[in-house]
Amino acid sequence: MENIRHYKPFQTGQYGIFLAFMIVCVVLSILTPGFLSGSNLLIIGTQVSINALLAFGVTFVIISGGIDLSLGSMVAVAGVASAMFAHPDTYPLVVPLGMGLLAGLAIGLLNGWVITKTKVAPFIVTLGTMTIGRGLALILSKGRPVSNLSDSFNFIGGGTVWGIPFPILTLIITFLICHFILNKTILGRYIYAVGGNEEAAHASGIDVGKVKLKVYALCGLLCALGGILLTSRVTTGQPNAGAGFELDAIAAAIIGGTSTSGGTGTMVGTLMGAMLIGVIGNGLDLLNVTSYYQLVVMGTIIIGAVVLDGLGKKNR
Amino acid sequence: MNHIGAMTEPIVRINQITKSFYGTKVLDQVDLELYPGEVLALMGENGAGKSTLMKILIGLLKADSGSISFLGKEVHSQKSGLEKTIAMIHQEMLVVPELTVAQNIFLGRERSFSGKFWLKDRVINQKAQGVLAQLGLRLLPTTKLKDLAVAEVQMVEIAKAISLEARVIIMDEPTSAISDKEVAALFAIIEALKRQGVAIIYISHKMDEIFRIADRIAVLRDGKMVHRGPAEALDTDRLVSLMVGRAIDQLFPEETTAIGAQLLAVKGLTRAPAFEDIHFELHGGEVLGLAGLMGAGRTELARVLCGLDSPHAGEIRIGGEVARLKNPQEAIAKGIGYVSEDRKAFGFIPRMSVKNNLTLSSLKQHRKGGTVNEKSEEKVMAENLLHLHIKASSGRQPVGELSGGNQQKVVLGRVLNTQPHIVILDEPTRGVDVGAKFEIYKLIHELKKSGKAILLISSELPEILGMSDRILVLAKGKQTALMSRAEASEERIMQHAVL
Repeated sequence: MENIRHYKPFQTGQYGIFLAFMIVCVVLSILTPGFLSGSNLLIIGTQVSINALLAFGVTFVIISGGIDLSLGSMVAVAGVASAMFAHPDTYPLVVPLGMGLLAGLAIGLLNGWVITKTKVAPFIVTLGTMTIGRGLALILSKGRPVSNLSDSFNFIGGGTVWGIPFPILTLIITFLICHFILNKTILGRYIYAVGGNEEAAHASGIDVGKVKLKVYALCGLLCALGGILLTSRVTTGQPNAGAGFELDAIAAAIIGGTSTSGGTGTMVGTLMGAMLIGVIGNGLDLLNVTSYYQLVVMGTIIIGAVVLDGLGKKNR
Repeated sequence: MNHIGAMTEPIVRINQITKSFYGTKVLDQVDLELYPGEVLALMGENGAGKSTLMKILIGLLKADSGSISFLGKEVHSQKSGLEKTIAMIHQEMLVVPELTVAQNIFLGRERSFSGKFWLKDRVINQKAQGVLAQLGLRLLPTTKLKDLAVAEVQMVEIAKAISLEARVIIMDEPTSAISDKEVAALFAIIEALKRQGVAIIYISHKMDEIFRIADRIAVLRDGKMVHRGPAEALDTDRLVSLMVGRAIDQLFPEETTAIGAQLLAVKGLTRAPAFEDIHFELHGGEVLGLAGLMGAGRTELARVLCGLDSPHAGEIRIGGEVARLKNPQEAIAKGIGYVSEDRKAFGFIPRMSVKNNLTLSSLKQHRKGGTVNEKSEEKVMAENLLHLHIKASSGRQPVGELSGGNQQKVVLGRVLNTQPHIVILDEPTRGVDVGAKFEIYKLIHELKKSGKAILLISSELPEILGMSDRILVLAKGKQTALMSRAEASEERIMQHAVL
């Protein structure tokens, strides 16, 4: 039984992502003296945090064999919902937090429920809820930004603890929880099983519908957390916030080695993917590359990562 | 056998081929020659090196050393047109379901019959008709592949190979998914191919087929070619012992066990049109064989018993109590274990490790707080690996990488880890090599001795006759006979099966 207890944080093929991340960091630190400064690293961490939260959520979904396009809309709904209860001297902090999380959870559950009950493809269902969610955010906010938020609420996205921005702490804690769920719990094992072979999982006695429902609910919760962080950071609940966020989050998961066909992927990989995206964006900013070119670079990296991953597999 | 005279030059000569993966020799100085118009059966257990050798022959893999000559000329680059003269009919069909027979046959070569731009389906259909006629196939060139039976799709693949003027056709388990009648049709085509001078490499685990169709037999064992010779010189026992390297004196363990209490009773069970009005009882310590042709409703019956499908009428009693099995979870909770005939689709999660597959159905036994107790999982896995003789590099190896026999043992382990009282085995030895087959028989016997009730579905009559205490025969969804082992014979079962 050799090597059974040997701990492997990465799956085979993900060392490449780690290597790419290190190379990019070394190159950027040579090219731009400011890159490795403490303040810049904290900026990167803060910028990465929201995308990483969404990416963790969608990693659960993709491993289970699904996809979620409604991430950005859930960010908006949760952001607006929390902001509406976060005006100064109205409710204690738990109320806006709870309302935001509830909003994300509700849409996540809706996604999971429709997908398991109707067997319509997740791509289509979440394409629908993406639009519904955006509409709900506009309805709730009457189309206007929700501003004038309490200081305690604004601390979530803008405050620091022992000099570390609160979003980074949120990111670290959430990462640990997600990693734990995926690797140490029965639900985590079932997520891999459902994504790896749904028919076999069903025949093995796994309640596939329940697993999917939990996965989309979890994703909704994580998006809501991202929405609350964003709202707090910009001190406004924007109904148009989060548009296009789903693509960055899916990109982070895929760069991190999660296969879109389901059954494989890790939270460590997704975290690396999100950080790689963040570091490259930051580095290009420091190098004064305009955002137009940044988009081209980012797209190339997404494809490049998957191509390299494929080459690595072939060589084995 | 005159075509294998000393004067005939082989089409293909494989010379001292050696191939290693990660330091393990998979093929060790293998020699093989193939003559025009012969059927060569390539035999060996799973993992003996058959598929590696075939992949080298068709150019998918490169040998470490050795050479291959084709019509007397050594082939250096595997891309020198050899792939066109050697065709492989795969176990997994490589066709486009939405295209027609003709379109599939000529896929990628449309330009040779048409202009540069416009498709000429009429010309392609005519050409296809010619090829089909040459093989005596009664298929319409305009039928879509998705509307064909598995056996017919295979025929299309053979037609495609012929249209490419293949001189060598490799058939890998061509009969694993087709009925006896279709096997007869396939063998007729093989005869036609032989007359045209095509050489066929035939890979199968089914002994009776080998002796029906093969002119010569080559046996690989642990990467070495241990036997090459005419088929007449061997019999089943001798061939099996060549493959496994030891004599298997008795394939089926001959012991009787005491029949215990009734564990399962089925009354008037119906799921139309698959099966109707099925009655039987199953006792502890008993093996009930379920025989019948393809499409008789055996697998459909098993799926109802394990909660995958619901019955339309009738009742299932487990331990005397009426059981309504709405889903597999309930069936497992009531002590029913099911090993599917299609292990790739229903048996295991290919990318998951051996350990995680073994404990997948019984994961709740390893719950510790909110987490999975990996230590207790590993304990169960260690017992399983030892008891079931699962050969894996480690418990972390994905099951998708194992051989068919070992995959099946993992599925068996997963099912047995739920501690079932009633075990339904649907074609448990399909696509499994002789060694693993023997181990599965021994396991069934052990289960029987430990008082479990076993429903054994099999298309192999020797297996049904060798293992069962009683035999239930289905024909077209109806129960046609229930006989004891003493009353049963291959002829009697077949009489009732074709009814």
